[in-house]
Amino acid sequence: MIKNISNLGDAALYCDFGKEISKEINTQVIRYFKTIQKKNIVGVNNLTPSYNKLIVSFDIKKINFNKLKKIIDNIEVINSDNIQNKKFEIPICCEKEFSLDIKRLEEKLKMKEEKIYENFFEKEFFCYMTGFIAGMPFLGDLDENLRAKRLDTPRVKVPKGSIGLTEQFANIYTFESPGGWNIIGNTPLNIFDSSKENEPNLINPGDLVTFKRITKENYQNYHG
Amino acid sequence: MDKNYFEILRAGINSTFQDLGRNNLYHIGIPFSGAMDNRNYLLANKLTGNDNNHPVIEFAYQGPHLKYHGNAINIAITGDVSFKIKKGDNLIDGECYRSFILENNDELDIISTNKSVYGYLAISGQFDLKFQWSSCSTNIQAKIGSNNGEKLSVNQKINIKEINQNLVSKKLNYINTKIENIRVMKGTNFDYFSEQGKKLFFGNEFKVSKLSDRMGMRLEGKKIENIVDTNIRSEGLIKGVIQVPADGNPIIMLSDHGTIGGYPKIGVVISADYDRLVQLTPGSSVKFQEVDLNSAETLFKLYDLETQNLISQI
Repeated sequence: MIKNISNLGDAALYCDFGKEISKEINTQVIRYFKTIQKKNIVGVNNLTPSYNKLIVSFDIKKINFNKLKKIIDNIEVINSDNIQNKKFEIPICCEKEFSLDIKRLEEKLKMKEEKIYENFFEKEFFCYMTGFIAGMPFLGDLDENLRAKRLDTPRVKVPKGSIGLTEQFANIYTFESPGGWNIIGNTPLNIFDSSKENEPNLINPGDLVTFKRITKENYQNYHG
Repeated sequence: MDKNYFEILRAGINSTFQDLGRNNLYHIGIPFSGAMDNRNYLLANKLTGNDNNHPVIEFAYQGPHLKYHGNAINIAITGDVSFKIKKGDNLIDGECYRSFILENNDELDIISTNKSVYGYLAISGQFDLKFQWSSCSTNIQAKIGSNNGEKLSVNQKINIKEINQNLVSKKLNYINTKIENIRVMKGTNFDYFSEQGKKLFFGNEFKVSKLSDRMGMRLEGKKIENIVDTNIRSEGLIKGVIQVPADGNPIIMLSDHGTIGGYPKIGVVISADYDRLVQLTPGSSVKFQEVDLNSAETLFKLYDLETQNLISQI
């Protein structure tokens, strides 16, 4: 449940679900997100769910903070049974040319490359949110022993399709962008497609994701 | 003549198609985009007889130099812009906030914005554009919007599919006011900063950095000291949010911003001051003045009334 609603500037509600980060809390955030999305409240023009927050942006010409807060305070949340989670298996190639930071991670984590990958590929990830750049999924949770900080100096260009790790999360760069996550591989799969207006994102909040290692040959064949 | 188009002789620094932007896509990572300076965008459209959400060309610093081919058309430029219109051997000095008629082979040279960043070119017609999520707004980072998500480039053609035949000349007496004080509300992480840091933020002068674009405006000044944590859990951002990363220099999120961020939010620029904020050029000074929610709402009503009033004068 929402612990507190405050304002973020004069045109957004900042809904706080508490300090903890867990699938349960995030599922609550997603439920609120989907409920508000379905309600089509006049004036609401954007929703941003994240691990434990939900930001509701609105058109200040149509509604104001206090009126919208009252509506959100009294909203009846859709039951979890109505939310469908999809499952995906994402192919990634971890050849040298794609695993830009694996050596750095070996040092940071004091763990051998094989062990890092073994740990990573065993995991089923949960999509907490998408964003920063269009379609980028934030996937958790990595085991404690795989958690590393961001690069000291972020890259100016991270290649499209890169899989990055930081703290308890993995993400996928949906297109070339600046970024500071530790890159361990690359997927040939298109994760964001702006020509599909109804569903441009392959992976959405609440979805479950596993990764599958593929050879360079398979990677190249993907591009056909 | 059946085809009307602009030939681009010079593209300008950052010329893109913009309208009111796109809603309800933050959750997949797509920001509003849209014209940076909303008031000047609306005025340009009204001066050429268009409705509110009609695509225009937004330009920054140096605009495009265009040659027109086709039937007579009205154009209008808003902002604080120097431009010339060439009709044969005749060179006319352009004036903002009034319509001009362009005829076949006339040239429009948008030389520069004066002590401001953005200007707008509207036409009494319809650019032939592809829309994405019901908006033409070009977001060059995500490659979304018209012109394949790219800015305009030289030698390209801009096709116009419909022209309003009724060329009524329109004019407005208006001068953009400059402000050095931008009004700001406290952000959700205001208490992450030291007492001195808070005082610096509300009161000290900051300089707009060269590293500013449609995504964000970076500021330089005395370092704002963080006493809690220089990172927060990644969460949503909105336009106008002021983040302070570890280096202590504020960054303001603008219309093409990343939708999620992990730096503490010290403040949020009020909606009423956004248009004037985006017009601050690199090197200029800015000061933040604190206001509360009630004042921010009242100031927006005043700003909106003034905008509506200007529109009704055209």
